[in-house]
Amino acid sequence: MLTAPSSRPSGLARLQGRKGEVHLQPACSGPRPKRFRLVGVPRRASAQGEDLAIHGEPEYQQLGPQPQASALEDKLLTHLNRRPVRGWRPDELGKMIHSLFLINCSGDIFLEKHWKSVVSQSVCDYFFEAQEKAADVENVPPVISTPHHYLISIYRDKLFFVSVIQTEVPPLFVIEFLHRVADTFQDYFGECSEAAIKDNVVIVYELLEEMLDNGFPLATESNILKELIKPPTILRSVVNSITGSSNVGDTLPTGQLSNIPWRRAGVKYTNNEAYFDVVEEIDAIIDKSGSTVFAEIQGVIDACIKLSGMPDLSLSFMNPRLLDDVSFHPCIRFKRWESERVLSFIPPDGNFRLISYRVSSQNLVAIPVYVKHSISFKENSSCGRFDITIGPKQNMGKTIEGITVTVHMPKVVLNMNLTPTQGSYTFDPVTKVLTWDVGKITPQKLPSLKGLVNLQSGAPKPEENPSLNIQFKIQQLAISGLKVNRLDMYGEKYKPFKGVKYVTKAGKFQVRT
Amino acid sequence: MSGNSFAYSEQAGGGEATELGQEATSTVSPSGAFGLFSSDLKKNEDLKQMLESNKDSAKLDAMKRIVGMIAKGKNASELFPAVVKNVASKNIEIKKLVYVYLVRYAEEQQDLALLSISTFQRALKDPNQLIRASALRVLSSIRVPIIVPIMMLAIKEASADLSPYVRKNAAHAIQKLYSLDPEQKEMLIEVIEKLLKDKSTLVAGSVVMAFEEVCPDRIDLIHKNYRKLCNLLVDVEEWGQVVIIHMLTRYARTQFVSPWKEDDGLEDNEKNFYESDDEQKEKTDQKKKPYAMDPDHRLLIRNTKPLLQSRNAAVVMAVAQLYWHISPKSEVGIISKSLVRLLRSNREVQYIVLQNIATMSIQRKGMFEPYLKSFYVRSTDPTMIKILKLEILTNLANEANISTLLREFQTYVKSQDKQFAAATIQTIGRCATNISEVTDTCLSGLVCLLSNRDEIVVAESVVVIKKLLQMQPAQHGEIIKHMAKLLDSITVPVARASILWLIGENCERVPKIAPDVLRKMAKSFTNEDDLVKLQILNLGAKLYLTNSKQTKLLTQYILNLGKYDQNYDIRDRTRFIRQLIVPNEKSGALSKYAKKIFLAQKPAPLLESPFKDRDHFQLGTLSHTLNTKAIGYLELSNWPEVAPDPSVRNVEVIELAKEWTPAGKAKKENPAKKFYSDSEEEEDSSDSSSDSESESGSASGEQDEEGDSSEDSSEDSSSEHRSDSESVSEVGDKRTAKRNSKSKGKSDSEDEEKENEKSKTSDSSSTDSSSVEESSSDSESESESESESESKKVTMEKEKKTKEDRNLTKDVSLLDLDDFNPVSTPVVLPTPALSPSLIADLEGLNLSTSSSVISVNTPVFVPVKTHVLLHRMSGRGLAAHYFFPRQPCIFGDKMVSIQITLNNTTDRKIENIHIEGKKLPMGMQMHVFNPIESLEPEGSITVSMGIDFCDSTQTASFQLCTKDDCFNVNIQPPVGELLLPVAMSEKDFKKEQGMLTGMNETSTVIIAAPQNFTPSVILQKVVNIANVGVVPSGQDNIYRFAAKTVHSGSLMLVTVELKEGSTAQLIINTERTVIGSVLLRELKPVLSQG
Repeated sequence: MLTAPSSRPSGLARLQGRKGEVHLQPACSGPRPKRFRLVGVPRRASAQGEDLAIHGEPEYQQLGPQPQASALEDKLLTHLNRRPVRGWRPDELGKMIHSLFLINCSGDIFLEKHWKSVVSQSVCDYFFEAQEKAADVENVPPVISTPHHYLISIYRDKLFFVSVIQTEVPPLFVIEFLHRVADTFQDYFGECSEAAIKDNVVIVYELLEEMLDNGFPLATESNILKELIKPPTILRSVVNSITGSSNVGDTLPTGQLSNIPWRRAGVKYTNNEAYFDVVEEIDAIIDKSGSTVFAEIQGVIDACIKLSGMPDLSLSFMNPRLLDDVSFHPCIRFKRWESERVLSFIPPDGNFRLISYRVSSQNLVAIPVYVKHSISFKENSSCGRFDITIGPKQNMGKTIEGITVTVHMPKVVLNMNLTPTQGSYTFDPVTKVLTWDVGKITPQKLPSLKGLVNLQSGAPKPEENPSLNIQFKIQQLAISGLKVNRLDMYGEKYKPFKGVKYVTKAGKFQVRT
Repeated sequence: MSGNSFAYSEQAGGGEATELGQEATSTVSPSGAFGLFSSDLKKNEDLKQMLESNKDSAKLDAMKRIVGMIAKGKNASELFPAVVKNVASKNIEIKKLVYVYLVRYAEEQQDLALLSISTFQRALKDPNQLIRASALRVLSSIRVPIIVPIMMLAIKEASADLSPYVRKNAAHAIQKLYSLDPEQKEMLIEVIEKLLKDKSTLVAGSVVMAFEEVCPDRIDLIHKNYRKLCNLLVDVEEWGQVVIIHMLTRYARTQFVSPWKEDDGLEDNEKNFYESDDEQKEKTDQKKKPYAMDPDHRLLIRNTKPLLQSRNAAVVMAVAQLYWHISPKSEVGIISKSLVRLLRSNREVQYIVLQNIATMSIQRKGMFEPYLKSFYVRSTDPTMIKILKLEILTNLANEANISTLLREFQTYVKSQDKQFAAATIQTIGRCATNISEVTDTCLSGLVCLLSNRDEIVVAESVVVIKKLLQMQPAQHGEIIKHMAKLLDSITVPVARASILWLIGENCERVPKIAPDVLRKMAKSFTNEDDLVKLQILNLGAKLYLTNSKQTKLLTQYILNLGKYDQNYDIRDRTRFIRQLIVPNEKSGALSKYAKKIFLAQKPAPLLESPFKDRDHFQLGTLSHTLNTKAIGYLELSNWPEVAPDPSVRNVEVIELAKEWTPAGKAKKENPAKKFYSDSEEEEDSSDSSSDSESESGSASGEQDEEGDSSEDSSEDSSSEHRSDSESVSEVGDKRTAKRNSKSKGKSDSEDEEKENEKSKTSDSSSTDSSSVEESSSDSESESESESESESKKVTMEKEKKTKEDRNLTKDVSLLDLDDFNPVSTPVVLPTPALSPSLIADLEGLNLSTSSSVISVNTPVFVPVKTHVLLHRMSGRGLAAHYFFPRQPCIFGDKMVSIQITLNNTTDRKIENIHIEGKKLPMGMQMHVFNPIESLEPEGSITVSMGIDFCDSTQTASFQLCTKDDCFNVNIQPPVGELLLPVAMSEKDFKKEQGMLTGMNETSTVIIAAPQNFTPSVILQKVVNIANVGVVPSGQDNIYRFAAKTVHSGSLMLVTVELKEGSTAQLIINTERTVIGSVLLRELKPVLSQG
């Protein structure tokens, strides 16, 4: 992968290469750090160098084979676009999404789809430019303005979805749609990766064709799409290759035509089941001294409904007033919630997110863990001390499990030499990320991680201690105290199996040190 | 063309090998093979052969490979002839892939593309709606100018299609055709106008999209559909919601007066906006002190509120911007919670939402202050998010929270992300200037940062301190000295320049240091950045003027260096300074003032938010995000000073129904008359000219003069309403008005009755909540919220009653209510916003298309008559009644819905009530209700079920069983209940009637007393018997009703034609002659009896 000459040099790789960085590492390969950052080069200080890089870009491009082709294509296309009677006119512009490019993290455009006339790939150069400027994939601006187009992009699962827009459109509209596309790929192929998309290019194309008409979303509900285009399974692809039958459904997507567009008709199951997962995440910022700067609970109820026919469900809570701010799946009858605080809905078939809610920070949020930490770097010495201990705080009598601590160490840290009393740790000297996989907390013996930090000699000691990101999980507990009261089903005669599960997790849980 | 493409393919081929290499590593799949083809033309031959083979599997394989090529952006255009042959393939998947190909390449191969057109034309006539829709979709996506007329025709036809899905696709096709050929605009607008009237939620979003694209300036097309759109909004799919909300925001800004006047005391940021309105405000202040919101304005605000709970961020943002731009200031607060919720989403969503919050928080701190902590920065946020959050925190900073914020900022300053740290320092500077209490604290904090190890942090601090010091010129000598020392270590040009400028400005306060600094700088001048050089020159000049003894030589040395600098700016500056400060013969008068020029008091810079100037863009738009006007951005207009005529939004009631409304609605008969004639004129003129704003403006002005506060909007609009009807009848027939007054007295009492009935039926229907389908329960619960407005109405009504004639006011508000919450009550009188019949009628006058609009309407009237299913004596205490709610059945569209009310009259529980032993005639089907577990003593429960009667009056027999007993019961439907009302125009009615003659027509003559032949009586009687829709009539002696049978959907047309004397002709046209004659038999006695 590294040695294969890439037709389009990767934005990141190019940048790094020019900066003389040793780690010419295409961002895809290997375990990917959460925050990919140009190592060792502060942005401001390198301003000049970067200018050069940008100015140097066109020269560089002309050398490669691909850009030449795209320039030619460009010419060709302008020629073609002119030929049909009229030239470029403002009123010819369409609204909404014009084209979509999928770009992997090494900068290859591996899929393009146009809903109107064709837009040349070269438009993506503006995107690459922005990507280069941003240095970090997370910092590529989602909206980029180019002379003739606007590019709105999302970054998902190491892929960029870059859409080309020509006129005013609410940017969130496009962003939300692109995420919906990515969700659909995820849903269909189990993962939203370059390999999966390339393997299923035809299905991807069929999906995109159905999801958008003339740049305006047409069918985005997964239930409908699955009726139109069947998701690939190994069995089916074997059968298809033998019998020559197709993935395209020949039945009509009844949902699309009804006023319950999210549910397909004629659902049949032998075991009728309805499962609800109440998942709550604690977002918190804990300051140095251990006091809570900010904490709130973000919850979702994910449902997996496998019920025959047209069931009409209503889900009620013991304490619905807890929910401060709720957003609903379109299937939920809002008025019913407003008046009775009952979730009443005809569910989509399969997995979906029923609601997401927030329990406000006004309510006191119980913080299940505490961290004792002492991290220090000695002045004018090439080592520092690192010592953290985790203990349970308010865990409501449940075990806290799946604890992981992630620390982004300062850049001057060369290596870490630590001993955990429990679990295992890894330190990636390239990305400077320390990960400590702790596991369960046993109150008898609190897990701790101690040891020495090696610093780059001569470099000034880090200004600030790194903050600790903590992950944990508590089964069978909704930390807000939310409880599902009952689930009733109307409209169908059978007795379904119903189940509710509670989980509390750490969301964006950060401890400043 | 093909030559070119060959060349290109070869070009692309160059890159192929490498790509192939990559693919081989990443995937071992057929997709890896795609790369091979475009490079090798022979392989394309191979594809051609596959396409021409007889086997579908080979074709499919070839098409898949071709689609793979397209996806990679490779040229496959030379395969066009081979591919296009397969457009008529039977295999759906091949067909779809051919479509994909066709849409991509048709523009390049226009002549060949024409070969495929006939296939689509055929498919457009297909009985399957999905095939029609997809044919239209592909046909309209083929960008070939020659087929514009074909497309136009197809769109026109599809826009009248029975299937809403096809109509939705027609709306999409409008935009495509418009972008292909803008000259079709006028025709397309007609189609848009027609589709805007569509009641289907499926169509609404798409047609509004087309409207925004094709004719966003034709706001007049929206008027009549405004209320309908507001009411449908909740049920429209998410993407449509976004578009509609944006459009309605624009609409509201042109049609309603500003709701901000009252509470402008709260926020002073609107100043510039109010200035323009000042005169008007004064005027209105004299006239009326309370501002009353137009009920339509309120309707929009109320109906969008639930959407804040949407899972779709774009919808939430759209509602938020709507509230921001059109709701009263006091109500905007509710959006903040939802916006803050979006911050939990992906980084892209966060980015956009934070930008919008930043703009909002400048104007209205209060909105987001409670959520201050939600904007705290995490070290894992991307930098762009961090900086936006910081921006918002700064905007929200005030005396109360600044200390907490500063503590938070202290953490940020130490961040490893230096760009963010620098931004934090600027933020501290801004807080220091904005909040005077903390200026000193901040300053000393920043000075501490000067000893930071990171250069960027120090540089940024220097720049900020410079700005702060400029605001407080005196007593900061120490800081300046400290900064002078920093010059040795700092290398960042901006910071060095700032220090030099500061020393120059304060050279008299640091008389010893300044010349020394200049000396050092003179030494390093040539190596400095241009920015620094300029400041060195400035410093030299200032010192020369204040302390020429020490610095004269130094300055001249620097000026000499500058004279030969490479940068012409510096050379220019040098020359200018030399002339100004060094006195010589040529320098003239100006040099006398040199000191004043250089050492003038300089105003302190204002540290402002970069989001300050964004508020002139509509929030949530691309333009707002980019802070430049994007192509196609539609300006949000300022509020009009005087509201344009609100009556344009009134939708005419079906004529017959309208006649129930009494004529005089104003307070007294006399002014009413005058008023009415006035507005009639206006209506006329506004009818003729599409721009009704000016006239309507004068209309409301007049009302004001009459002393009405415009608060009495119900009154206003109802009177306008009438005048509307007047203008309509002018087009058709003039005599309506007379009739109105005749039938007035009578219809009043009837209306009262009706209202009672209505409330009864809606009561009974609302008890049945268990299995009611989405839409109906939605609307049902909606009515709860409507009741709030209803109560408002009631109070308004009461006020009026004190002055007004009781009889006359009665149902004014009733109708009005219907006017703006049409879907709210499940069982309603003709709902104006929903009844397109008259609109269709009007449309018949101006639209040349001969297509007919036939769509199921809401029932005109629902009789409360219940039928006994099981008497309590024979049911051993269990009594059952059934009733026909006249709603489309939710269990199947061929079923008639029936509501059964079960009563337990015993003193013990009745358990397990269910249905068994269905004995149905051939073909009939029945959807039973769920078993009822138990019914308490004295309890009652209403359930609904559906029976498909197959359009016959045969009896459905079944057993109603309890735990212990079974009772044989049966339901025989009255023929009138086998129908569903249909909305159609008079023209369509006549057309359909013309086709249903001969055997399909039955008629009879009725003789009855003349008082029975008043319009309202006839209507009442007919709709009581049969569930039919009213067709607006141009002649006042003919009444038309239309319906279709539930099972087969055949039309059932009823005509009552009044003749001389006391006779009338009753005609029924239908294919279903049996039902037709039964209905005739049933109607005849009813109509003739007194």
